[in-house]
Amino acid sequence: MKPRHLLGALLVALAVLGAGCTTVRPWERATLADYTMRPDRDPLHTAMSEHIYFSREASSGGRGVGGSGCGCN
Amino acid sequence: MSSPVKILPALLAALLLAAPAKSALEAGQPFPELGAFHLQGTLPAFAGQVTLIDFWASWCAPCKASFPAYSALQTELAPRGLVIVGISVDKTAAPYDAFLRRLAPTFPTVRDPAQALVVHVSVPAMPTAYLLDRRGVVRSVHRGFHRDTLPALRAEILRLLEEQP
Repeated sequence: MKPRHLLGALLVALAVLGAGCTTVRPWERATLADYTMRPDRDPLHTAMSEHIYFSREASSGGRGVGGSGCGCN
Repeated sequence: MSSPVKILPALLAALLLAAPAKSALEAGQPFPELGAFHLQGTLPAFAGQVTLIDFWASWCAPCKASFPAYSALQTELAPRGLVIVGISVDKTAAPYDAFLRRLAPTFPTVRDPAQALVVHVSVPAMPTAYLLDRRGVVRSVHRGFHRDTLPALRAEILRLLEEQP
């Protein structure tokens, strides 16, 4: 690849990466604090996710309860 | 610089320098005139007073913790010349009103729905309190709210109240 082409490719890559960057200022964080941004806002979805998790990991209690995975607690 | 590759470091440096770098209001600078920012609510008269300007929001948990402490400070030190002004950055009135109904501060608050003042001041965190002397100059900036630094803030306010304008 010629240096000129390499430079062009790098500039395009920088422009694409730069377009995805943003800074959330302290006073703009209301959106992040909104209820809809909570990953656990739907109890049914949380229960299903935890069921999948502890089925996959063969652990008892899922993520919320301490245990060794022996199924004895 | 003949080769295009050689100008790459210069381009990268230019990109870095082009990043927005609005400087935040710091100690020693005069606080901007509040009347110019179309704040909603009634501003108290605080010319010639020691003033604590607190930026807060209804969605900000430390702001909730700060209100009883600032209310107590206002009740104790208002007779000696302290004025506390709360400035909310809430864009809508409903959460602002609900927050004030719940916490019932003893100090006045106004709202900056366009977020013009908070952008101008470039507040570094929520909440942030600016302590102004009697000439309207920022003497210290308190980022966040920490209960253990309240005695130091109170002592600083008392020192400013002793100062002659």
